Amino acid sequence: MDGYLSAVVFYVFAAITVLSGAMVALSSRLIYAAFSLLLTFFGVAGLYIFLGADFIAATQVLIYVGGILILLLFGVMLTHRIYDFKILSTRVQFVPSVIVVGCTFALLLAVIFGTRWQMVKEAPPEYTAATIGKLLMTTYLLPFEAVSVLLLVALIGAATLARRDLTSGEES
Amino acid sequence: MQALAQYLIQTFGLPVPLSVLSPLLGFMGGVVVLTAIAVQAMYLIWLERKVAAHMQDRLGPMLVGGWHGWAQSLADGIKLLLKEDIVPAAADRPLFLLAPLVVFVGSFAAFVCLPFGDRVIISDLNVGIFYIIAVTSFVVIGIIMAGWGSNNKWALFGAMRSAAQIVSYEIPVGLSLLAAVMAAGSLSMQEIVAAQDGGIHRWFAFRNPFLFVAFVIYFLASLSEVNRTPFDIPEAESELVAGYHTEYSGMRFSFFFLAEYANMFAVAAIAATLFLGGWQAPWGGGAPIFGVIWVIAKAHFLVFVQMWLRWTLPRLRVDQLMYIGWKVLTPFAFACIVGTGAWMLVFKQG
Repeated sequence: MDGYLSAVVFYVFAAITVLSGAMVALSSRLIYAAFSLLLTFFGVAGLYIFLGADFIAATQVLIYVGGILILLLFGVMLTHRIYDFKILSTRVQFVPSVIVVGCTFALLLAVIFGTRWQMVKEAPPEYTAATIGKLLMTTYLLPFEAVSVLLLVALIGAATLARRDLTSGEES
Repeated sequence: MQALAQYLIQTFGLPVPLSVLSPLLGFMGGVVVLTAIAVQAMYLIWLERKVAAHMQDRLGPMLVGGWHGWAQSLADGIKLLLKEDIVPAAADRPLFLLAPLVVFVGSFAAFVCLPFGDRVIISDLNVGIFYIIAVTSFVVIGIIMAGWGSNNKWALFGAMRSAAQIVSYEIPVGLSLLAAVMAAGSLSMQEIVAAQDGGIHRWFAFRNPFLFVAFVIYFLASLSEVNRTPFDIPEAESELVAGYHTEYSGMRFSFFFLAEYANMFAVAAIAATLFLGGWQAPWGGGAPIFGVIWVIAKAHFLVFVQMWLRWTLPRLRVDQLMYIGWKVLTPFAFACIVGTGAWMLVFKQG
């Protein structure tokens, strides 16, 4: 009963993710594609919970829905005229893209069927947040610090790019 | 609900298996929360009108229902339900129709992790408070959806302002909550409450000066998250008509209204849980039923302060809002985290 129910829940989340992902790719209106991403992120978060990674799931929703998706929507709204409802995505270079996508798909299939998947029998750790925190502060301290320096660089770069050019600004 | 189900089975010897009772209680909890949100939103609207009126030396609604116009919100609610649901001809129909639901789901989902008593919580997730911060970001998406879908410049301006504001203020909110989480050593709401056991001096707001500042920062930043004065520029009536819900009417408008008042209560309840001892009495402990009363009383006191501020302070300008968010609240929240950590190291107390 329990396994049956969890299978149903898994397929529901998988269907949400895949269908909304298809919406993102196929929708001709850019704004619909952006809003479809909401469902994709939601579905992926559901799959994370299914894997017992509740902390990752909450992070996924917080970062992607609360941050990146909003930035995307801002980008869509601000880069075009605000009342232009027909922001359409167009199809260019149909044949090369089909070839590239086909190759990627074949590669992914090869990896999926080539990997020997291991079924984890033991229960996932109960307090994922504490474990992740300890690992980040011990085993993975160097990558963690490297990523934070990278983010700092990105922040400084963004601030430099966005800053008004003071020397030329005064003349004009 | 698992804990409550277990408790009921053990205490009263209910002849029901745990795997049946627990989801059943969860479902019932959802229904109860939904009803409670609707009822208390009506009550809060009445309260807001009363508080506003008395602060301005008026009486407010007095006629409907007899005693101090208590049924005014009920009458308004029925009127809203009966009104026509208008969709503007030029609106983006699917987004316009979907937006109120997304907003409402976002604020409704936060109630899953709010503890109202020792065992009275729908689900005590390990990542409790983190989950709440995460799901409330759905509200922003719904607001942008409403602003874009309405095809109205006021609505779009309101939505853009709201999104920019909520995204900016999420940072001080998260950081100030982090200070309390550090002191508790857990993200789970019930464990945070348990860490404040033992009376009013053990509550995080009064535990050390840094946590008190964190409490104030959270309260101010949460005002901005729920678009309340002095941070209500997304719905500034004098410039934007009504902000992102300008074009909405009837039932869909009332969904926005419900979500707004549910959010007010939710942020107040989060503040009460993380900083004011949650469902515990000021002298420590809390009987099963009194827990619900305590947390609601604390939250409603904070909601009253929100209303009080609304009728006391003028609205900020957009640049002042960003200044306060980024240059005042965020650095102070960082200082609170460092200070709380140092305090915990020096005084060896959790």
